[in-house]
Amino acid sequence: MPAQLQTLRRRIRTVKSTRKITKAQELVATSRIAKAQERVAAARPYAEAITGVLTALASSTNALDHPLLVPRERVQRAGVLVITSDRGLCGAYNANAIRTTEELIARLRHDGKEPVLYVIGRKGVTYYRFRNRPIEASWTGFSERPDFDNAREVGESLIAAFVAGAAGDNGNGGPGVDELHIVSTQFKSLMTQTPAARFLAPMQVEEPEEGVLPSYEFEPEAELLLDALLPKYINTRIFAALLDSAASESASRRRAMKAATDNAEELLKKYTRDMNSARQAGITQEISEIVGGANALAAAGSEE
Amino acid sequence: MANQFHVDVVAVEESVWSGDAEIVIAKTVEGELGILHGHMPLLGQLAEPSQVRIRQSSGQDLTFEVTGGFLSVTADGVTVLAEDCQPTSPSN
Repeated sequence: MPAQLQTLRRRIRTVKSTRKITKAQELVATSRIAKAQERVAAARPYAEAITGVLTALASSTNALDHPLLVPRERVQRAGVLVITSDRGLCGAYNANAIRTTEELIARLRHDGKEPVLYVIGRKGVTYYRFRNRPIEASWTGFSERPDFDNAREVGESLIAAFVAGAAGDNGNGGPGVDELHIVSTQFKSLMTQTPAARFLAPMQVEEPEEGVLPSYEFEPEAELLLDALLPKYINTRIFAALLDSAASESASRRRAMKAATDNAEELLKKYTRDMNSARQAGITQEISEIVGGANALAAAGSEE
Repeated sequence: MANQFHVDVVAVEESVWSGDAEIVIAKTVEGELGILHGHMPLLGQLAEPSQVRIRQSSGQDLTFEVTGGFLSVTADGVTVLAEDCQPTSPSN
């Protein structure tokens, strides 16, 4: 059966080359996880420091009527920032992030708010564009290695839209938003990454315990400082979410590619067995044909 | 030795420097100031761009070029927060 042998050989070749790709992806993702985690850890001191400073500032002033802190009375439009990856081959990473986004959007609609989409990552953009859903703004090309500049770019346009409000103008001719949510994937462990939706603005200020914080001197005044600090804080939150998502993306990809490599190996084993038994069956049949033919000849000769 | 305090310089992407210092000289939007041990708690926005000078206990000076920076002085020490922070060659 040379035809069947041929197909099996071709299949083995295909699976082998697929395995080569998935194995390489797996190794790349593995090394990226470590790097991404380092970056998450490296960015933590700043995040902690700015949170501490903001808490101190917010608790020692009465100037809590900053637009970024006060919930709007009527929320008409709610901005949703979703972080997806630029490349595929990362398992359910994007599907999960998008599902969480959809749940959030459904909830916002239910509350009578109009969701406005902001998308990071090519996969998310493709998903919404394919479904003809309007995307307010999108950023792509940095999902695996986000820089702070990327976060700042995203943050600035989000803050502009938020400060303008649904009644105002976001600077691009359209109305802004009254609320900001962010959907990102949190890196729990190498095996678990969970997407989560969180509030980005208005921010909730936690009331610290009385008398713990010393009274500060401010340069410039507290209101001006808040003005300068709050946008930076939002950028930091976005940056942290980007880093966390990048780590999750790599972990997700590593797991998906590991599964694919394992499957390829299993298929290879199966195909090799099939091929061997097909070859052996061919040989056996040829032998039995020869033996049968010889026996027939011998029988015919003995009768004469 | 008693007049030293802890200083952290943190940029967005990483912690840049951490150690003990005798004096920190920085320029906020309202003017230049030097911070010694026991300075009262202060929160300041740094001028744009600005230099932060840190004199270490060894007497050596460290200088950082800071953009988008804040300065936080507490009883525990000084924290310089920066969006971007580059060490310049040590002067003096």
